[in-house]
Amino acid sequence: MMNNNLFNYTLHLADTTLILGQRNAAWCGHGPVLEQDIAITNISLDLIGQSRSFYQYAATQKADGSTEDSFAYLRSEREFKNCLLVEQPNGDWAQTILRQFLFSSFQHLLFQQLQNNKDATLAAIAEKSLKEVTYHLRWSSEWVIRLGDGTEESRNKMLKAITELWPFTGEQFIPATYEENMGINLLSIKEVWLKKVTDILTEATLQVPENIFMHTGGKNGIHTEQLGFILTELQYIQKTYPGCEW
Amino acid sequence: MTEQTSENVFLQKIEAEIKIEPKDWMPDAYRKTNIRQISQHAHSEIVGMLPEGNWISRAPSLKRKLILLAKVQDEAGHGLYLYSACETLGITREETINDLHSGKAKYASIFNYPTLSWADIGAIGWLVDGAAIMNQVMLTRTSYGPYARAMVKICKEESFHQRQGFESLLVLSKGTEAQKQMCQDAINRWWWPSLMMFGPKDSESTNSDQSMKWKIKRKSNDELRQSFVDMIAEQIKLLSMKLPDDKLKWNKEKNQYDWGEINWDEFWNVIKGNGPCNKERIAARSKAWEEGEWVRIAAKTYAEKKINKQVAV
Ligand SMILES: [Fe+2]
Ligand SMILES: [Fe+2]
Repeated sequence: MMNNNLFNYTLHLADTTLILGQRNAAWCGHGPVLEQDIAITNISLDLIGQSRSFYQYAATQKADGSTEDSFAYLRSEREFKNCLLVEQPNGDWAQTILRQFLFSSFQHLLFQQLQNNKDATLAAIAEKSLKEVTYHLRWSSEWVIRLGDGTEESRNKMLKAITELWPFTGEQFIPATYEENMGINLLSIKEVWLKKVTDILTEATLQVPENIFMHTGGKNGIHTEQLGFILTELQYIQKTYPGCEW
Repeated sequence: MTEQTSENVFLQKIEAEIKIEPKDWMPDAYRKTNIRQISQHAHSEIVGMLPEGNWISRAPSLKRKLILLAKVQDEAGHGLYLYSACETLGITREETINDLHSGKAKYASIFNYPTLSWADIGAIGWLVDGAAIMNQVMLTRTSYGPYARAMVKICKEESFHQRQGFESLLVLSKGTEAQKQMCQDAINRWWWPSLMMFGPKDSESTNSDQSMKWKIKRKSNDELRQSFVDMIAEQIKLLSMKLPDDKLKWNKEKNQYDWGEINWDEFWNVIKGNGPCNKERIAARSKAWEEGEWVRIAAKTYAEKKINKQVAV
C-alpha cells in the first residue's frame, strides 16, 4: 500500500524545486549581463531537472497512471506543497539572489541528510543533486557578498530583499505532518543553516534580522497569492488542450 | 612594410585560404565589414532569445520546458562567443550593445515576428535555426579566424536545435485536430519570414561583392535560400503539412524546387522598424541592460575593493 507521508513528502520536494526553477527561468533573456543570464538559467535547469526526478518517483508510488506532468500541470494551488519562499516574486537581481541563497543554503544541508535516507530513491536523487546544489550555494553566496559589500545602492537593495524574504525562511524548519517520520532532523539543520547564513551575511556587511514574524502554510497547500499566477501560466497549455501529447 | 605590401600579404592569405587573425594587418573596410556582420550576428542571437523565451513559462511539459530553456540558453552562449570574436577587432562588448539599443546596429529581422502559439517554438527551431544553419555552415569557412572558429562551435548546437524543433512539430502533426491546426498555422506564419532571413536578392544586395572577394561570404543569398527551400520542401513531407506557397514545385531540369515570390515590401518594412515586434524587442533588451546597470557596477566595485584589500595585505 502507498505510504501517504512518503508520497506527500516527495511531492513537497518536487513542487519546491519546480516553482523555484520556474521563477528563475523568467530571467532567461533578461539577465543583467550575459554570463549571469546563463548562470541563473543553469540553476533553473538543475532545479526543474530535480523536480522531474521527484515527480517521477511520486508517480511510481501512486501507480495509477499519474505522470510527472500530471502532477506538475493538473494539480491546483491547494494541492501544491512548496515552501512559500520559492514562490516569492523575482523582484530585482538582489531579491532573486537572496531567495536563491536562502533556499540553496537550506537545500544543501537537507540533501546532505537526505542522501543517507532509508528511502533509497530519495537518497539517490539527493546524492545526485548535491553537486548542483553545492554550485548554486557557492554562486549565490558570492553574489550576496558582492551586492552587500558592493555599492551603497546594491547594499540598500539587499537590505530591502532581506526585509521582504526573511519572514518566509522560518517555514522550512517546521515539519509538516508528512515530514515527521521521514528521518530528517530539521532542528539540527536549522542551527547549521543559521550559522552559515550569518557568516555570509556578515561577510556581506549585512545582518540577520531578529524577532521577525514567520509565515507558514506552503507545505500544507496554503499559499501566498503568488502561486495561483505562477500555476496559471505554467499549466496553461495542458488545461486548454487536455489529454494531448506534446 | 608599406601599405601596399601589407595589402598584398593580406590578399595572398585570402587567396591561399589562410585565416586572417586579430593581429594581422587588414584593410579598414575588411575590419569594418567583419565588425558589422559579427556584431549583427551576436545581436541576433541575443534578441532571438526573446520570442522563444516567451514560451518557457508556458511550455506544455516539463521535458519540453527543459529543452526550450536549454535551447534559449545556448543562444546566449552563441551571443557570448560572437561578442568575444567581435572584441578581437577592437570594439568592446559595451559599445556593440549600445549600438543595438540605439538602433544603429541591426539584428535578424525574423525576431520581430511574434510567437503566438506553442507550435511557433517548433517552427522556429525547424525553420529559423534551419535557415541560420545554412548561413552558419558557410561561415565556418569565413576568412576571419575568430569568426570561423566561433561558428564551428555554434553549428553543432544549431543542428541540434533544428532537430528538436522538427521533432516537436512531428508530435503535433500526429496529435489532435487542434494540434495539427496549430502546427500548420505556425508553418504558414514562419515560412516566408524564414526565407527573408537570407537577405535581399543577389541583384539588390549592396555588401555582397566585396564580401565574396574577401571570402567573408562564400555563397550568395540566393544560392543559400535555394538550398534551404530544397531541404525544407523535402522535410515537410514527413510532417504531412504544407508550405504556404502554391508555386512550390519540383523542377526536374534544374534539379531544384521552383517557388513563389517573397513579399519584398514586407521585408523592407520590417528592416525599417515596422515589424510587429521591433519596438518590443529593443525595449526588452534595453530594459534588461539598464536594470542590470547597478548590478554590473556593484560587481565591479566589489572586485576593485577586493584587489585593494589584497594589495594592502
Ligand atoms: Fe544560435
Ligand atoms: Fe539556435
